[in-house]
Amino acid sequence: MAEVILRQVRKSFGRVETIHGVDLHIRDREFVVFVGPSGCGKSTLLRLIAGLEDITVGALEIDGEDVTDKTPKERGIAMVFQSYALYPHMTVYENMAFGLKLSKTDKHDIDAKVRAAADTLELGELLDRLPKQLSGGQRQRVAIGRAIVRNPKVFLFDEPLSNLDASLRVQMRIEIAKLHERMNATMVYVTHDQVEAMTLADKIVVLSAGRVEQVGAPLDLYHHPQNLFVAGFIGSPQMNFISCEVLETSPEGATLALPGGGHVLAAVNVTALATGDRVTLGVRPEHLFHAGADTDQAISGTVEVVEELGESHFLYVRLADGTLLTARAGGDAPQSIDSTVRIGLKGGDCHVFGADGKAMPRLA
Amino acid sequence: MSDIALTTATAAPARRSRLSQSRLRSAWLFLTPMIVVLAVVAGWPLLRTIWFGFTDANLSDLSATQFIGLENYYSVYDGETYGLIVDPSWWNAVWNTIWFSAVSVSIETALGLIVALVLNANFRGRALVRAAVLIPWAIPTIVSAKMWGWMLHDQFGVLNDILMGIGLLSQPVAWTADPQTAMWAVVMVDVWKTTPFMALLILAGLQMLPADCYEAARVDGIHPVKVFFKVTLPLIRPAIMVAVIFRALDALRIFDLIYVLTSNSSDTMSMSVYARQQLVDFQEVGYGSAASTLLFLVIAALTIATITLGKVRLGGEMK
Repeated sequence: MAEVILRQVRKSFGRVETIHGVDLHIRDREFVVFVGPSGCGKSTLLRLIAGLEDITVGALEIDGEDVTDKTPKERGIAMVFQSYALYPHMTVYENMAFGLKLSKTDKHDIDAKVRAAADTLELGELLDRLPKQLSGGQRQRVAIGRAIVRNPKVFLFDEPLSNLDASLRVQMRIEIAKLHERMNATMVYVTHDQVEAMTLADKIVVLSAGRVEQVGAPLDLYHHPQNLFVAGFIGSPQMNFISCEVLETSPEGATLALPGGGHVLAAVNVTALATGDRVTLGVRPEHLFHAGADTDQAISGTVEVVEELGESHFLYVRLADGTLLTARAGGDAPQSIDSTVRIGLKGGDCHVFGADGKAMPRLA
Repeated sequence: MSDIALTTATAAPARRSRLSQSRLRSAWLFLTPMIVVLAVVAGWPLLRTIWFGFTDANLSDLSATQFIGLENYYSVYDGETYGLIVDPSWWNAVWNTIWFSAVSVSIETALGLIVALVLNANFRGRALVRAAVLIPWAIPTIVSAKMWGWMLHDQFGVLNDILMGIGLLSQPVAWTADPQTAMWAVVMVDVWKTTPFMALLILAGLQMLPADCYEAARVDGIHPVKVFFKVTLPLIRPAIMVAVIFRALDALRIFDLIYVLTSNSSDTMSMSVYARQQLVDFQEVGYGSAASTLLFLVIAALTIATITLGKVRLGGEMK
């Protein structure tokens, strides 16, 4: 049982506060991913949990015990660093055994633990090698192995895959997911890669400028972002944002005027909206489609750029109000640059954000 | 088809392309001035010294110089042996030099390591302290030797005054003249002067260390003292070895400090002081040159031994 609870945690470096009161409840055996843009404080938050940085104000609880003033060792955590942090002069075996040797664990015990971890991570044949003789993926596995042998209550990962190339990253991602299943441990994982966040997490914590923007399951964040920031951050390519006027509100949703004529009935709760309000309509590129002339729920624009990916294509369409709209559709693009297109959208796929950036609850 | 491709591929390296020829030319163009300067200011004096070592040259009349082979090093007249390698005062100088180098470089390494570790820590005014630590090294040796000469003076020296003031000494000690203390006085001044250099070289090594290893060690709860011996020391060993070799090369040819502090005293005479005495005081250019040549060989041998035994790769990768 290892819950991690943060209560109003703040961190200041000198006079500059970088973490502004974070409350978070990480359940036992949960895989939690911190995501956010560079400088949002996700790594700092992880280092606060690890004890590598002191918490300025607030409290941290691990496994029911207040560890705010405890050293990293006493917290029962293990951390995997982005740059692996292996000791360059020690072999793989020594790297994994180093922490155990010094805590006076029995020799046979150490050997058994290291070999078990090496088996788990398929490092058996590499035990006598030095880190410089390993590939990036192997080094990362050693770093994870070093964490495993300590049998921690909580695993902390600080962007562990960002130094690997794309194909290795996918492979290691799967290994980490398997590891979580096998170890049954609580894991906290920092990344700026939303694909890693979406695929690995039980729960994603989206951070921005030292604040938690939203906490939720991956699909919750995708389908029900609470504000513009989360809506824009989760999903690739980014959600389209179009500035619109509310024409009419009804129990079915808000009717919004689209740039260049046309309108859409967005299926959202309208209690906070009134006719004439300026709102931001959000719609994901994958929810747009080529519309025929028969529907009015469409936006016209001029194709500026076409990107062919093979299995799908992206259209970058300039709208009447100057917004660049991204649309994604399967197969090859039927349009060419400079042609005029009509892009259709469904009311059920629409997100509506008020002037303060907060999302209207979706009805669907 | 493939045969033709193979032959042209293997034939290519034999003939240099025009591009690599022009690169080679510009490389030589840049290197030549340096080679010429080195040959004139270092190569020529060295060769001349070695040559003089095989002659009976005397400062009073260099034109009467005659080649005498190895007689400066070893010769036998009427059953009596002469020459450097049977000269007890030469061997005294060799022993003094080696003793001085070993002791002073050891102390400097230990102190330099401590100073470097302190300077590597984060604290207010670190830049100022780093600059301040360098001051002893920045002072010309002659100046610091004279300064210390006065401080160690048996009559007017501040050291005697302080030690007698606090009751550690009952009568003044002639630090630089007393055979018991003279060498230690020289060692102390040398340590004072060159520890900063050692500290800076080691500090450079410390700053190359990967910071994340230390965070990993902190997370693993490894005691800082253990981290120092198991992680820091092995990783900065190359930097320390380079610093030790630099300092040892310097210490083995020590001259100015000893000459200013203790003159030609046999208690502290180094190889360089011995060579100077032969060359200038006794005007024996041939014999003095032979001593200088031996000095050169001793330093070369010791350096090669250190590099080989310490497995230092001066040009190779450090990790």
